[in-house]
Amino acid sequence: MIGLLIGNSWKQLRRDRAAQVLAFVVPIAFFSIFAVIFGGGGNRMDSTNRVGVALVDESGSPQSRALAAALQADSGMRVVTVTPPVRGQGPASGQALTRALAEQMVKRGDVPVGLVLPAGIESSLMSFGRGGGVKALILHDPSDPVAARVVAGLLQRDALRAAASTGGAMGLAPGGDPDAMLPVRFEQRAVLGEKRESPMVAFYAAGIAVMFIMFSAAGAGGALIEETESGTLERVLTSGLGMTGLLLGKWLYLTTLACAQVCVMFVWGMLVFKLPLASHLPGFAIMTVCTAAAAAAFGLVLASLSRTRQQLSGLANLVVLSLNALGGSMFPRFLMSETLQRASLVGFNAWALDGYLKVFWREAPLAALAPQVGALLGFTALFLLLARRLARRWEAV
Amino acid sequence: MAVLEIRDARKDFGSTRALDGLSLSLGEGELLGLLGPNGAGKTTLIRAISGRVRLNAGTVTLYGRTLEPGVPRPNLGVVPQENALYPLLTARENLETFGQLNGLDGKHLRERTAWALEWTGLADRAKSQVRAFSGGMKRRLNLACGVLHEPKLVLLDEPTVGVDPQSREKIYDMLGGLRAAGTSLLLTTHYLEEAEARCERIVIVDRGRAIAAGTLPELVEQAGLAGRRVRLSLDRPLAERDNAHATATPAGFTRGDDARVLTATITNVAHELPELLARLQSAGLGVSDLEVRTASLQAVFLALTGKDLRE
Repeated sequence: MIGLLIGNSWKQLRRDRAAQVLAFVVPIAFFSIFAVIFGGGGNRMDSTNRVGVALVDESGSPQSRALAAALQADSGMRVVTVTPPVRGQGPASGQALTRALAEQMVKRGDVPVGLVLPAGIESSLMSFGRGGGVKALILHDPSDPVAARVVAGLLQRDALRAAASTGGAMGLAPGGDPDAMLPVRFEQRAVLGEKRESPMVAFYAAGIAVMFIMFSAAGAGGALIEETESGTLERVLTSGLGMTGLLLGKWLYLTTLACAQVCVMFVWGMLVFKLPLASHLPGFAIMTVCTAAAAAAFGLVLASLSRTRQQLSGLANLVVLSLNALGGSMFPRFLMSETLQRASLVGFNAWALDGYLKVFWREAPLAALAPQVGALLGFTALFLLLARRLARRWEAV
Repeated sequence: MAVLEIRDARKDFGSTRALDGLSLSLGEGELLGLLGPNGAGKTTLIRAISGRVRLNAGTVTLYGRTLEPGVPRPNLGVVPQENALYPLLTARENLETFGQLNGLDGKHLRERTAWALEWTGLADRAKSQVRAFSGGMKRRLNLACGVLHEPKLVLLDEPTVGVDPQSREKIYDMLGGLRAAGTSLLLTTHYLEEAEARCERIVIVDRGRAIAAGTLPELVEQAGLAGRRVRLSLDRPLAERDNAHATATPAGFTRGDDARVLTATITNVAHELPELLARLQSAGLGVSDLEVRTASLQAVFLALTGKDLRE
């Protein structure tokens, strides 16, 4: 009897293509996507990907210049010493970096780490604690916990290399063991989130919220499939309301639902985890409305693509989890390779996450949200057009 | 003028022809039954009238106006075969939703909703969610949602499927009320006895064509089943057929499956029935019961469409 039941179950699985896809194809797809992101192809930990560092040499001494040169030659870092071009605001392109400008670049997210070699640093180089008290300063963004440590380590190596290149001018014989010593003293200062009790909450709240409303919109969009099965969709379309009106109604509902869900989540974060929602309301409102609009339209596309609830469930799991793995909800984008970081921008969620981070983490002005808002509205329009096109199958045949 | 006129409707779904030159008309206040085997094209026709199917050829006119897909049909009400209701909304909320979708608002919407709740016998359940309703209650509400905006023509796709006799009776009472108010009804059903009892005219559809149309006597005529069917129960069974000494079946009769039953078909009851009875008497057979009736719609339907399964 039990054998009969097992046999019947296998027969049914063999004849159910959607169940087979869920059972075998989706796991393979996930494995492949995560392997690309976390494996050798995309992780910043690999040698082909370098940490961005804004370097400021305030000393200008031969020793500090030698150290700066060693740092710039280091394959583990991408060192910038002048300001990058910024559209519409900020200092002009090509200006030599100062401590303040380096800090600004870290705050803006241009680089995760700023490294300042203060005046008098030459007295401390290769002193191993016996020399002056001047320390190198590492300015870092705590949302990237790895970058500052990587730079601190590379700083030691490059100090030894610089000393070696100057032929022992700093008191080190060429060929010494660099790992046995710490040649440069340094201190670290977080330039973002330092005043918050739980600084990383804002970062993770945004990631989870974006992923959650994508799942939610996909699920709620499935109401279209249920209405097809129950006949209410047919009945609604028989009335004066056309398919465009129907989709707009659904989209507006899903948008308000997603807004409500994000609000509930952030209020919870504010009450329980001290998320600074009250002080960032305008930016939060702008990002939430734009993200919800895009997520709602995205949900309609998935629902319009699916014939059954089961299909929708499989498709939503695959697409939403993949986009979120790539978009930074599960694994910060700054830890991915630059190629993957660029690739992740094909998903609207990466733009949404960037926008929330600008609001809560970088405390950027509202005008700085323009690229994210523009991208999200563009995605929304694209998704709505696509959903309308796919929904033609429900129209008169 | 006919309320609804369908001329040479043709619709293909890929290589399958669902409608193959079907024509019919429906008069003011008429209840027209649309019968046919599964897959005959009934639902496609209903969907074509409601604008959900584009015909490859032919026309659908309502009050003389040709209907195009996607154009609103305020004079048309559709009651689908499924209970197309929102289960988590109350009866009142469902009525208000479909009323508004069909152009009702304000005081008129409130009045029509109140009327519908009374009409369906659901006034005391107005605030209950539909998911808790019985099959019959959902059927009645499904009907009300389709007629709330007072359409002149209502299409009913199997409106009594899956409900008990009491609910079925109630639904036909409701339809009678609509007809009394001048509404024309086009009804599809597989319950032939219902169609026979309730519909003024019947159209039988098969393979996408209307193969017969008219009142039941007209259909009987068209099916070649004219005349009265006489069924006689004998006071004793006839002898077995293979018995050489058995009493022969009297001339003009056919033996039924039951050895006590004989049947015959006559055209003039007054003249032919006494002759039949006299023949039995002379054969020494007594009659314990007698039934005279015309051919049933079931017999007509099977005569016209055959007994072969269609699916």
